[in-house]
Amino acid sequence: MVVKVITSNQAVAEAVKLSKPKVVPVYPITPQTTISEYLAQYVADGDLDAEYIRVESEHSAISASIGASGAGVRVFTATSSQGLMLMHEIVYAAAGMRLPIVMADANRAISSPINIWNDQQDSIAQRDAGWIQLYCENAQESLDTIIQAYRIAENEDVLLPTMVCLDGFYLTHTVEPTEIPESDKVDSFVGEYVPKYSFLNPNEPKSLGTLADPEYYMEARYEIDEALNNSLKVISDVGKEFGEIFGREYGLIDPYKCEDAEYVLIAMGSICTTLRSVVNEYREKGEKIGLLKIRAYRPFPVEAIKEALSGVKRVGIIDKNISLGVGGALYNDILAKLDINAYNFIVGLGGRDITPKDMDEIVEKTKNPVKDITWIGLKED
Amino acid sequence: MIEIRFHGRGGQGAVTAAEITAKVAFKDGKFSQAFPFFGVERRGAPVMAFARIDDKPIETRYQVYNPDYVMVLDDGLLDVVDVYSGLKDEGSVIINTVKSDLSLKPNSSTIDATGIALENLGVNIVNTVMLGSFAKKSGQISLDSLIEVINETFSGKMAENNAKAAQIAYDQI
Repeated sequence: MVVKVITSNQAVAEAVKLSKPKVVPVYPITPQTTISEYLAQYVADGDLDAEYIRVESEHSAISASIGASGAGVRVFTATSSQGLMLMHEIVYAAAGMRLPIVMADANRAISSPINIWNDQQDSIAQRDAGWIQLYCENAQESLDTIIQAYRIAENEDVLLPTMVCLDGFYLTHTVEPTEIPESDKVDSFVGEYVPKYSFLNPNEPKSLGTLADPEYYMEARYEIDEALNNSLKVISDVGKEFGEIFGREYGLIDPYKCEDAEYVLIAMGSICTTLRSVVNEYREKGEKIGLLKIRAYRPFPVEAIKEALSGVKRVGIIDKNISLGVGGALYNDILAKLDINAYNFIVGLGGRDITPKDMDEIVEKTKNPVKDITWIGLKED
Repeated sequence: MIEIRFHGRGGQGAVTAAEITAKVAFKDGKFSQAFPFFGVERRGAPVMAFARIDDKPIETRYQVYNPDYVMVLDDGLLDVVDVYSGLKDEGSVIINTVKSDLSLKPNSSTIDATGIALENLGVNIVNTVMLGSFAKKSGQISLDSLIEVINETFSGKMAENNAKAAQIAYDQI
């Protein structure tokens, strides 16, 4: 085990190297680009024994991923923002064909106006596609989550593609100390990929992604939904087992000082680091405040969230996205599934930095709500 | 916690300077973090990068607004950017310049980093020179770790020249 001071992009690339996919079709896009560069380097240097396909677009990247995964090998790809938008059609197909592709998304805003900076609109826009979505807080979690993602995606009760989301620049370009696990330990944790249904075998020909008429289509969709529900337990189990082996345990959610909290902030991704220190600050002043980090956004861990929030008076839900016309996506999911007094804060769109003053405003407006949905850090005029 | 802000132009190595700072601090036994803020992605555009150093894990991810140290890699930026913005009262600024008629605030110091870089590296990439100067003036990172990280970051002649440039800057004061 070594500790390196690296970006989340490098952490992802290291995790991919350790997970040993056989095919890596990638198209570079800011802020994902260095992932594709590191992987190209590993393959060129012989450190990763994989076919690196320099595809001509993201649509091709995910299409080639489907082809390779359908042929029966472990696959990795990565994208961001407009790239993920271009993949959209095939993102649905990957889930429908039940292919355990692992993809990293470097979270970035969506055009227009064009913007290369961070928010989570790109992956949120894919939330209904049937993919598992896991949001990372730091470089260590990015590395660890890629490794776990293969175990989750390839589980026989799941067999769904998995998106590992990391905030653009705040993670993709931030260096911080990160532990790189030993290769043999990862080998035995991830294991060899043995495809159950989808593999290229001339003696047993199969078709994937064919037509389903009204007689069959609903059942196929129902099964994806079931598989996502099944993945709740698998994500928990894999996170726990990872903890036993590597010393860092993961779950569907990560509650911090929620037990006795009157108010809880709920968020996803890199902002949780700062929010935890905000909670500590307010705790010192005697405020009963907590943080609930959502790691698994799809499947949506309703029961785990309910349990973590039992006895909580009010929640402030922080969204780095906006479902235009209705508020943040996380806010609306929580409103739909929980009977709780909830207020929504739209933050950090297009890379707008979330300052300590913004954090104070969020805490204040969770304690003394003014309106349902508040945009934080908007210019006044 | 010590917070550092770097001002440079795309291609001058401000981002690498911040990353090297974080790596050096970690080698010194501290916790660290570094990240860039890019403007538009093109060579020559103003770029900021940030580094944080602490004895405990870093718990903040927003930009550095109240730096303890500011490093300015290009004096042309002084007309464009307020490099003193939010600087702590006891904070200090290191500027790469040969001009003597700049109206600098107290706690500012200058170094001819471009001169040292051109002589030793043959290019105007001043990050390792600035860090050599920073190591001496601030005492926040050690020269030994800096040289080690330079040797890990670059290879061959390039590593050797950068290490030499950093040493010259360190010895200059």
